[in-house]
Amino acid sequence: MTKKYDTPLLDELEKGPFPSFVTEIKKAAAKNPMAADELGQLEKSMRDKVTYWKHGGIVGVRGYGGGVIGRYSQLADEFPGVAHFHTVRVNQPAGLFYTSETIRFICDLWDKYGSGLTNFHGSTGDMVLLGTVTDNLEPLATILSLNGFDLGGSGSAMRTPSCCVGPARCEWSMIDTLDITYDLTQEFQDELHRPQFPYKFKIKTVGCPVDCNASIARADLSIIGTWKGPIEIDQDRVRDYAKKGVNIQEEIVNFCPGKCITWDGNNLAINNSDCLHCMHCITKLAGALKPTPPFGAVILIGAKAPFVIGATLSWVIVPFMELKPPYQELKDMIRNMWDWWNEYGKNRERIGELIIRRGMREFLEVCGLEPTPEMVKEPRNDPFWFWKEEDLEKKPWEEFLK
Amino acid sequence: MGEIPEKFFIPDVVDVKQRKTDIGPPHYSNFLPPVIKKNYGNWKTHEILSPGLMVHIANSGDKIWTVRVASPRLLSTDTLREIADIADKYCDGYFRFTTRNNIEFLVSDESKVQPLIDELNAKKFMIGGIGSRVSNIVHTQGWIHCHSAAVDASALVKAIMDEFADYFTTKETPNKVRFAVACCTNMCGAVHCSDIAYVGIHRKLPRIDHDNFKNVCELPTTMAACPTAAITPDPAKKSIKINPEKCMYCGNCFSVCPALPIADPENDGVAIVVGGKVGNLRKPPMFSKLAVAYLPNNPPRWPEVVKATRKIFDAYIAGAKKHERVGEWIERIGWEKFFAVTGLPFTFQHIDDWTYAFKTFRTTTQFKWTK
Ligand code: HEM
Ligand code: HEM
Ligand code: SF4
Ligand code: SF4
Ligand code: SF4
Ligand code: SF4
Repeated sequence: MTKKYDTPLLDELEKGPFPSFVTEIKKAAAKNPMAADELGQLEKSMRDKVTYWKHGGIVGVRGYGGGVIGRYSQLADEFPGVAHFHTVRVNQPAGLFYTSETIRFICDLWDKYGSGLTNFHGSTGDMVLLGTVTDNLEPLATILSLNGFDLGGSGSAMRTPSCCVGPARCEWSMIDTLDITYDLTQEFQDELHRPQFPYKFKIKTVGCPVDCNASIARADLSIIGTWKGPIEIDQDRVRDYAKKGVNIQEEIVNFCPGKCITWDGNNLAINNSDCLHCMHCITKLAGALKPTPPFGAVILIGAKAPFVIGATLSWVIVPFMELKPPYQELKDMIRNMWDWWNEYGKNRERIGELIIRRGMREFLEVCGLEPTPEMVKEPRNDPFWFWKEEDLEKKPWEEFLK
Repeated sequence: MGEIPEKFFIPDVVDVKQRKTDIGPPHYSNFLPPVIKKNYGNWKTHEILSPGLMVHIANSGDKIWTVRVASPRLLSTDTLREIADIADKYCDGYFRFTTRNNIEFLVSDESKVQPLIDELNAKKFMIGGIGSRVSNIVHTQGWIHCHSAAVDASALVKAIMDEFADYFTTKETPNKVRFAVACCTNMCGAVHCSDIAYVGIHRKLPRIDHDNFKNVCELPTTMAACPTAAITPDPAKKSIKINPEKCMYCGNCFSVCPALPIADPENDGVAIVVGGKVGNLRKPPMFSKLAVAYLPNNPPRWPEVVKATRKIFDAYIAGAKKHERVGEWIERIGWEKFFAVTGLPFTFQHIDDWTYAFKTFRTTTQFKWTK
């Protein structure tokens, strides 16, 4: 029997055009006592303006340190169905593609072992199954694995890598985001399932600078596809756009940050050597302009949310890396940076914070990377810097003044 | 490797010894429609046919249609099954999700596009979100599932999306407007780079549970968690002290130490930050900046927050050039004008006093008079 609650405040959230999460909880609550108590507790939160979840709590499955997030209610007596309400993270297929059979399997499984409530998807990328009890975790993980699915990451581990839709359905993708994500996920299974880092480590891969997966803001390691060849122009299609009312001068030329496009009313010209590879013209004139090879990726490091030093965006460390299977160069570099972070990182220190603390030079040396101007917005503006013994022996001027 | 079986199965009795570990996710190729498999990496262009419909055209001439509908992200298994049924009927069972939690039905047969749209309309799915308009809101857990939430996320999202539903289904904006909600300053939702975003905030000191501190918390980790070094040891009590002058109520100490609860029904609420973006189109990625320092928690529909958003949204629609994102528009007109045209008050909280505060102080005499 599922308990019924009066939910006058939540009922308000069933009004209006946008699909209602309250309706979803009610659907699950009709047949599942956990979901029913979730509804009851949430109504109380709405009334009292405060959350009623207890802090943390470790639960997991044998052999794994992550993949399940423990959750317990502060109000277990009042709402016994959510006394335990753990989250199970299931590693999603790259690109978030599904078939109806797969989703029905997940549903059957979750109706049997969980609350019937899900998040498609969590912001890290996993399928998030919301609400189960400790005893169900082993059977759940077993059945998932028998059917080809595995848990995702949580805790101080590599988190489930994710990507944009990429070459599966996007003409702009310059790297195989799905394959890279799948390959890296397989390569680093141990780091994904057994937390062994100072803190979390996220990898997100997108096919072009449009960055549909927000990798530059949300991933410790951001992999962003780009190109080096000229932009190919189909002049007829550009003229078509002009005829259909696109104001090429206003909307394309004036917005180009490289100031490298001209339009004489008939022909579009791009000075490719000044192009900043921003994608504005290419996306606004879809089908008329096209990036050309060589294709590769910009590798960036260090994005994080504001705690503790303030939010950071990822910083460029490799302006261009060819990314072809088996992606060995990238994997080696990742292992090197992890070794360094594991050695020097403090508890809960993201890799970006460690770079700020110990210096970008040390980090670049660890990764075996040479300095290039693409790494900075501008060079530093004060004249005190660290000379190392080995620097004193270098005489670059003899080379550049020749 | 995560190889999926001929037929999915759930045994009645589970032998946990059979569990395989480290197989990873199943290969994505198991889930791609045949037309996508055939034209993988070979797409030529796409067209947006209506706010919720686009077609991708391959170099081979093949086409695939995508119909996008809104989802509240929190989905019951009933709704997921309904989606699966629709996908079976029109899409040979294939569908996907977007990173902003919309559902995309992938149609290979043009003759099924309109019937699909008709059925979705009949079932009251909200079709849209493609192109220069409002898409779904990325958000975090809130009171549904997180211990740190200063505001509920799903409810706030519902209130905002109801208000701007027109801009999902029909109306256009100068460029995409990306909303995001994070229910605490932890910001799991990456609101720090969205056009208009909401952060749950606290405004009072954490309360120290001295009796419990020594049992559940570690002193060095707790001290290290504080960005402003407000936490010092209190040896007499085997606990800690918090310097009220230094605390900025971020709640990070609570993240590592349950004995420092900070949630407060009266004083918690919502800050609005604006002008962030992640893409590299035109301007480089930008952080969001503070527009409204605090609005009260007023469940279930947060009317103050919705109204304040309207002011920002309408000013943007009225003032931005085509293709300008909110942040690009503000950069062009200047922040003094942003506050003038939105009517939002500028207060002490808008002047940074944290790590790199001085970088945001103005060092030029170039500005615009607004009064
Ligand atoms: C006890 C501490 C924490 C808990 C319980 C926690 C919980 C979570 C959860 C549940 C999510 C997924 C949210 C969703 O998908 O709906 C998440 C994502 C995230 N968390 Fe945390 N978190 C914690 C600490 C932190 C800290 C300290 C930071 C930042 C320094 C952080 C940054 C993030 C970010 C940026 C995401 C989303 C990133 C992405 O899109 O992949 N979290 N966290
Ligand atoms: C330990 C390091 C430094 C000390 C002790 C120092 C000291 C001073 C002093 C005492 C003045 C004032 C002179 C006057 O008003 O008569 C001054 C002016 C100045 N310093 Fe420095 N300085 C240092 C580093 C630097 C650096 C690293 C830079 C540039 C990157 C710099 C750039 C200037 C400039 C441009 C002025 C002239 C300011 C003006 O009149 O507009 N100083 N410095
Ligand atoms: S990031 Fe680029 S390649 Fe990926 S989906 Fe977006 S536009 Fe396409
Ligand atoms: S990609 Fe950007 S910088 Fe390059 S030509 Fe186009 S608009 Fe200009
Ligand atoms: S933003 Fe804060 S409250 Fe929301 S899910 Fe993340 S940690 Fe929890
Ligand atoms: S709330 Fe933040 S600033 Fe205040 S004591 Fe805790 S960690 Fe420090």
